[in-house]
Amino acid sequence: MGNRSVVPFGPQHPVLPEPIHLDLVLEDEKVLAAIPSIGFIHRGLESLTNKKDFNEMVYVAERICGICSFMHGMSYCMALEDIMNIEVPRRADYLRTIWGEMSRLHSHLLWLGLLADGFGFEALFMHSWRLREKILDMFEVSTGGRVIFSVNTIGGVLKDMPADMLNDFVRQLDEMEKEIRETTAIFLDDYTVKSRLVDVGIITGEDAIRRGAVGPMMRASGINVDMRKNGYGAYNDIDFEVITSNKCDSYARCEVRIGEIFQSIDIIRQCVAKIPDTEINTKVTGMPNGESIIRVEQPRGEAFYHVRANGTKFLDRFRVRTPTFANIPALTQTLQGCQYGDVPLLVLTIDPCISCTER
Amino acid sequence: MQELKKDLYLIEKAELLNIIMEKKNALWRLCQICCSYPKLEDHFEVTYSFANGQDLSNYRLIAQRDEEVPSISRVYKSAIYYENEMHELWGLKVENIKQDFHDKLYRIDVETPFLVKEEQKDGE
Amino acid sequence: MGQFLPFTKQALKNLFSKPATTQYPFVERVYPERTRGHVDIKNDDCILCGMCMRSCPPGAIKVDRAGKSWSINRFDCIQCGYCVEKCPKKCLSITAGYQEPGPEKFSYKVEVPYEPPKPAAKPANIAAATKEG
Repeated sequence: MGNRSVVPFGPQHPVLPEPIHLDLVLEDEKVLAAIPSIGFIHRGLESLTNKKDFNEMVYVAERICGICSFMHGMSYCMALEDIMNIEVPRRADYLRTIWGEMSRLHSHLLWLGLLADGFGFEALFMHSWRLREKILDMFEVSTGGRVIFSVNTIGGVLKDMPADMLNDFVRQLDEMEKEIRETTAIFLDDYTVKSRLVDVGIITGEDAIRRGAVGPMMRASGINVDMRKNGYGAYNDIDFEVITSNKCDSYARCEVRIGEIFQSIDIIRQCVAKIPDTEINTKVTGMPNGESIIRVEQPRGEAFYHVRANGTKFLDRFRVRTPTFANIPALTQTLQGCQYGDVPLLVLTIDPCISCTER
Repeated sequence: MQELKKDLYLIEKAELLNIIMEKKNALWRLCQICCSYPKLEDHFEVTYSFANGQDLSNYRLIAQRDEEVPSISRVYKSAIYYENEMHELWGLKVENIKQDFHDKLYRIDVETPFLVKEEQKDGE
Repeated sequence: MGQFLPFTKQALKNLFSKPATTQYPFVERVYPERTRGHVDIKNDDCILCGMCMRSCPPGAIKVDRAGKSWSINRFDCIQCGYCVEKCPKKCLSITAGYQEPGPEKFSYKVEVPYEPPKPAAKPANIAAATKEG
């Protein structure tokens, strides 16, 4: 029986871009339990429905998170389109899919950078973020924003991408793919990287289900769950395989995300090849009445949107269950029994997005 | 059990634990628990969502302002966080949560921020 | 388990390639055409309908019908472009160039030389505007 102590981790910690607090119960260097507490950046966006009408809420929903801002705006619009029975023009679906996959690309590259930073490989961190910067530039060219895109509207999208822009993006992505392959090969092959990731933070498939994990966390434990297979947006026309891994450890999560980077590039290529030439939005009239539940696959996992409207311009309830919130129980599970030195890395492997979590 | 909408059922409090056990044994995962307080109806609505692959089913429980709802955190561990969240943001009373954070999951100044605003409106 | 020094190739490449960053203060950043920097108004076209004021999510725009002015607090503006979407006369636009930081928040005010139509035509206009809103 070793020495027991409680060590606070966070809210400010070098590996965490955002504040989350964990109380770690240690026995010598081994973590026995982790008790999270959040709310340091709680903004109460869900209850803003009392003050902002349902059209303005699109812009509020986008600001839930800085990384998957597009996906949040999109899923909010999808929920309201479902309530109001609006058929979105096909081109808008494709454009949303392309922007959504670009979000996934830059989110995963960001995560790879943070992971490299987490285990102290600064050069790799710089390289991942250099690649990510190109995606942000593409976003700026197509939407006018690098972080918040404001292109979603209920009934479609606001900005179109002309064919030459799309082809230019595909050409840039083709070039980038080679560079990404070089950089990600280091994550997968390097001896030092492997020694930090392999067999660290194991969560079995059954545990992942019991703890309600989502996204790459789940897929790295061998469970085939991907909301894109539900066929929202243009995904029902796209041919892709869900990437899973059976290793259940941190390395597997890294592997799954790297696989998804290349998958995203492939999906964008398919979308550009198939994109139909129609309108990009439909006119919306009337007030929403009813409720809708939408699940979309964000870079971090499945996001759950529950929107309830009562026939006025203010919504009754706007509920967002973000992927990080669902992954916290899985995180506490992986932390049990790990070494204290691995805690920052394990917190990173769920790809925490705290402002998502607290909304 | 009454079907409100596709995949959305209204249930009685007594049915809840049976349904939860059934879902657990069939290896469904807990997707989320959502608490809401529609202004017109003046009661809490607690929606439990379960997912299995691409399938989803939701069960809605109605609770009065002061009513306690049973905790499912002994069946689904991840429910701890959702139940504490409901308690801290909405002031819904949940009986016997496996790990009660005592209003310390969300480190915020205001007690039940989502509900208070509506109370003030009532008082106007 | 794993390869030794797979990063060597990249490291050597870095050594002989140009920096990935731009030399900012010396080389100006070129913004793409669609950049959402700030909201501009063509004040000759504005009819002071107030649609932008009502739709602005953070409430940064103020339209003063009596004083014939349109003002925006650029520090509150979130560059969402909703006012541009809503403007019936399309006199608002979002162009490149961000608001520079300052010691305090202030509003940017524009005089609008709009003469409302004769009183006979006025009720119809207001009715139309409120219906849309």
